[in-house]
Amino acid sequence: MKPFRKHQGRVVHLDRVNVDTDQIIPKQFLKRIERTGFGEFLFHDWRRTPDGKQDEKFVLNHPRHRGASILIAGKNFGCGSSREHAVWALSDYGFRTVIAPSFADIFANNSTKNGFLNVTLREDEVAELVRRSREREGYQLTVDLEQKKVYDDDGFAASFEVDDFVRHCLLNGLDDIGLTLQHESEIEAYEAKHPSPWA
Amino acid sequence: MTSPRTLFEKIWDAHVVAKPTGRSPLIYIDLHLVHEVTSPQAFDGLRAAGRPVRQPSRTVATVDHNVPTEPRGTPILDPIAAKQIGALQKNCKEFGVRLFDMEAPEQGIVHVIGPELGFTQPGMTIVCGDSHTSTHGAFGSLAFGIGTSEVEHVLATQCVPQRKPKTMKIEVHGKLPEGVTAKDLALGVIGQIGTDGATGYVIEYAGETVRGLSMEGRMTLCNMSIEAGARAAMVAPDETTFAYVKGRRFAPQGDGWEKAVAYWRTLVSDPGAHFDRTITIDAATLAPFVTWGTNPGMVVQVTGRVPELNGTDRKATEQALAYMGLAPGTPIEKIAIDRVFIGSCTNSRLEDLRAAARVAKGYRVNSKVRAMVVPGSQAIKHAAEREGLDRVFREAGFEWRESGCSMCLGMNPDILQPGERCASTSNRNFEGRQGRGGRTHLVSPMMAAAAAIAGHFTDIRNWKFQ
Repeated sequence: MKPFRKHQGRVVHLDRVNVDTDQIIPKQFLKRIERTGFGEFLFHDWRRTPDGKQDEKFVLNHPRHRGASILIAGKNFGCGSSREHAVWALSDYGFRTVIAPSFADIFANNSTKNGFLNVTLREDEVAELVRRSREREGYQLTVDLEQKKVYDDDGFAASFEVDDFVRHCLLNGLDDIGLTLQHESEIEAYEAKHPSPWA
Repeated sequence: MTSPRTLFEKIWDAHVVAKPTGRSPLIYIDLHLVHEVTSPQAFDGLRAAGRPVRQPSRTVATVDHNVPTEPRGTPILDPIAAKQIGALQKNCKEFGVRLFDMEAPEQGIVHVIGPELGFTQPGMTIVCGDSHTSTHGAFGSLAFGIGTSEVEHVLATQCVPQRKPKTMKIEVHGKLPEGVTAKDLALGVIGQIGTDGATGYVIEYAGETVRGLSMEGRMTLCNMSIEAGARAAMVAPDETTFAYVKGRRFAPQGDGWEKAVAYWRTLVSDPGAHFDRTITIDAATLAPFVTWGTNPGMVVQVTGRVPELNGTDRKATEQALAYMGLAPGTPIEKIAIDRVFIGSCTNSRLEDLRAAARVAKGYRVNSKVRAMVVPGSQAIKHAAEREGLDRVFREAGFEWRESGCSMCLGMNPDILQPGERCASTSNRNFEGRQGRGGRTHLVSPMMAAAAAIAGHFTDIRNWKFQ
């Protein structure tokens, strides 16, 4: 897994609350059996008109937002279906992190497993970032996981909270199956006491 | 003396395998349910790392999301869907996992067949790469949805690292009014606390209203809890639970049964146990609900109206109404529909089909409406046919189809066309969920059947049953 330490990139603001994973990656693209290649389908029904053309009105399609790698959105980002394809699509498109006032639980877990950082900031901090990104073409932010800080080069700085272990895994790009298997003897002991009823 | 514990804490404590310093506890998983959509990349991960499935006997797979609801034996025309189903067949064979395949008499929606076959039992930890895994909490188990990386983790280790969630008690008192179902209770809860009202929490439903629900009703209630953001939802097991589980194929048998029930009886929240949040609901205030927007929290009683554009959520309301093609202030009962879907892991069980059939009996589906009934499993389909429910539906003009997830999410060919409006017994009214441009209104099975006949939403409390 790719480590996440510090990332500087351009910002795009998706002005929606409760962005669900059905929007992030619609069901018709869940049939692929690979982990890759989902980026072109990210936000598909918003990005493309029914005849498959780019919808120029959608914010990700604005030329000024090409190459953005930091997504800002409203509260409860990633609600709904557990599809990890949502994180794969965001990553594959080129996003490294989402900044929002809150995230849904399963989406948050899935992000962690893919080296994808969710940054929870207060509503007023998010609103300030939105204001700055509107005013300045090519607005850039730095998301620093080591310092647990988000800042720009013009006086904005905000701290965020992240679970210590999640931070540790992201900073080091750790696969946690390996970590769990370090507890093999404890798992075996548990299984000896609780055999499968269906074995 | 140990301090009083909640039902959730008892199950949690019984499943902690290890508490690594500075990390989330490792929780042992008793039952891992698997379907075709969220598993192929997980099995690939095992192969790449040379890891086996640690506990094949605790792993149960079926195909549900992609399967057509045309008569079985009809070839799957979508080559990518066929490939995904093929991948699960191959993976189950290679890793020794039990699969209830397309043609199996046990096939059905994963959250329907788990309980139906007796795999789902009180006190268990249950996961599945599917957010509606919360359904199984109806049995007093701790059941939650996980992503594909976690599916791989559980396949490899039978454990999952979990941060301990907070607890919320939702107490419901009083009798549900006539025509008001578990689905309406679920929608009422989400309408009250919002789609993120339970994020980070495990809900325990309590109170005599919940005690009075059948297992089917409890499953509907727990199923929808993810739509309020809940990590999981549960109902303490009782005689209703034991009666449901008893005698099922994979449930404890003989002496094992008595022993199991004795343990299950301890699975209640102790008096004085602490909940981080408690909500009380008076069942008498509930009515049949209909969603008007693009998330399940955008909901109103059937006698109500689409909201006006004011208040703090103005922007979200505007976006939702634009998508739904509705004007502010429209009375719900004036909204005409094109399609009806009765099915999904929320409402496709025998009790749901009986309720819908009771409404449909003696009527005809409105000439402008196409209505389909998709039983949750093959077992339900056959049970319904033995009771003649299929005849009631067919005579009324409903399509009677094979089991699967179907139009709840439209991964198979059952989808809405752009602009079509659907009364659906499923769980999500997100944009495009049932087909791009499709407009979904969530309702109970009775409300869906009544809408099919009337051609618009109508208050089931005034229905003339025939």
